[in-house]
Amino acid sequence: MAQTITQKILAQHSGRSRVNPGENIWIDVDILMTHDVCGPPTIDIFKREFGESAKVWDKNKLVILPDHYIFTEDPHARRNIELLREFASLHDLPHYYDVGTSRYKGVCHIALAEEGFNRPGNVLFGTDSHTCTSGAFGLFSTGVGNTDAALIMGTGKIWVKVPDTMRFVFEGDLPPYLMAKDLILSVIGDIGFEGGTYKALEFDGKAVFDLSMEERMTLTNMAIEAGGKNGIIAPDEKTFEYVRSRTDHAFEPVYGDPGASYYSERVYDVSKMEPVVAKPHRPDNLANVSEVAGTRLDRAYIGSCTGGKIEDFMAAAAILEGNEVRVDTFVVPASSEVTRQLRERTMNGKTIWQVFLDAGCKMGHASCGACLGGPVDTFGRANGTEVVISTTNRNFPGRMGSKLAAVYLASPLTVAASALHGTITDPREVLV
Amino acid sequence: MKDIIHGKAYVVGDSIDTDQIIPAVHLVYSMKIPEERQFYGRYALCGLPETSQGLPAGNIPFTAPDRFKSDFTFVIAGTNFGCGSSREHAPFALQEAGAEVVIAESFARIFYRNAVDGGFVIPFESRARLIEQIRTGDVLTLDTRTGVLLNVTTDTEYLLDPLGDIAEILKCGNVFEYARRAGMMA
Repeated sequence: MAQTITQKILAQHSGRSRVNPGENIWIDVDILMTHDVCGPPTIDIFKREFGESAKVWDKNKLVILPDHYIFTEDPHARRNIELLREFASLHDLPHYYDVGTSRYKGVCHIALAEEGFNRPGNVLFGTDSHTCTSGAFGLFSTGVGNTDAALIMGTGKIWVKVPDTMRFVFEGDLPPYLMAKDLILSVIGDIGFEGGTYKALEFDGKAVFDLSMEERMTLTNMAIEAGGKNGIIAPDEKTFEYVRSRTDHAFEPVYGDPGASYYSERVYDVSKMEPVVAKPHRPDNLANVSEVAGTRLDRAYIGSCTGGKIEDFMAAAAILEGNEVRVDTFVVPASSEVTRQLRERTMNGKTIWQVFLDAGCKMGHASCGACLGGPVDTFGRANGTEVVISTTNRNFPGRMGSKLAAVYLASPLTVAASALHGTITDPREVLV
Repeated sequence: MKDIIHGKAYVVGDSIDTDQIIPAVHLVYSMKIPEERQFYGRYALCGLPETSQGLPAGNIPFTAPDRFKSDFTFVIAGTNFGCGSSREHAPFALQEAGAEVVIAESFARIFYRNAVDGGFVIPFESRARLIEQIRTGDVLTLDTRTGVLLNVTTDTEYLLDPLGDIAEILKCGNVFEYARRAGMMA
């Protein structure tokens, strides 16, 4: 019987030749990732269940990336970093990326890619719902809580229910005014933000494989916003090239079988799609930009695992270069590598960093920033009744800090165009 | 897992995400140190907009502002309860507040898994749209063995969906005991 890529990866990691949707199975985990919010409580549970002096199952497979509450004076948040530092030191962990050192990375999902931990055919778990991002590299990845992570930390194993797969095929050539963000917001709007609950969301078609690895990560990143268990894209030459440039670690790509059965299939012609937003306060509250154009804004935000990669900033900079923003515009690179590239890459003789500064943007440090609100002193946090347009992935009430704020989610192109006008603006109006 | 659970209902709407269950600003407290962990009980469900706090009336905080424990044992929700982030602090906060059961039309998968594997609250699913039939403050009695839910206030009985596979984990207390019995850890 033919199987999907998700089934085949799970089967291989459970020592079987095939698994069926709905089955509960125990699988071996290749990589476990945690961060500063969920790492300390995971470590507490690990010690409680396995003993104070217990060893992690494989220190080469544990990756700890502080990223959430980094640039804050909050004493409890700072204590969490201390706890991670102590644990990493005690266990001599090779993959701890400490704050305040040259190893510091920033947002975990982007760092996992940059540091070569996203390897085709693997199983990767993380204590963060956007761990599904890694699936862009043809691996099974999903988010879990602290308890499940502690079990993995001690045993390297976890139980999962094998998901059905929903297939989304994107055909055609992507127009220059659209980005992966428009595609995934459209999917979430179409199926609803519980439409993919418990399912694998697999992205396929020419338009997907035309995308860069960064743009593919935007697709898989938001699988969770439809309730999905994992997002996944089959690996290709672009995948292998990216991975080989980041790690010497061996990997074995896995592909779905021809004729595998899918729970559902949707086909999109990207050449006919529109720039879109998710209106407050749900990621599935879809509208074409043209329907909300002119909505007055107080703030724009470009950052996060979804919208804070170098290509996201290149897209925004192309619109902002030589212009000035009309609303407070916050720029938060996802990782320290993105920051470095912002300072190295140029546009019309200026660094991208300088392009944003000259346009009047406020520049932040690499981290999760205000995507999830965070401590009250977080850069870019909404603390009042702001109307915000943002490249992030969630707009629930209070998500960016204030229950009274209204957040629109959009692509970096749409956010940059809107920042220029101070109102929600279709990028086609400003793209030349 | 107790056989019979008795207490008051707190009713919320559809798609209550984890930022509403426990806002991110509060995630910095230790989940272990007793003086700190009690704040999770104080702030449980405080991210709900005021008019959505305790339906149908609204403006009823789950935990009173100066308290650490809630008066409510049951959370009654619509679809997709617990969507959003993977924070285990969400079911933990409900447990810290004193809640024992969440009854929803459907759950987001990470919340559901966290509730079960950590043994924090029992997630029951209901085919009926209970949020339109139960009011905040109604007194309920649930038999976890049969899934029979009695609304004592209105004298109405409902049958919830069976717990299925997860009943074994809930009976063990958490996933660690379940894993020990499955031979996955010593």
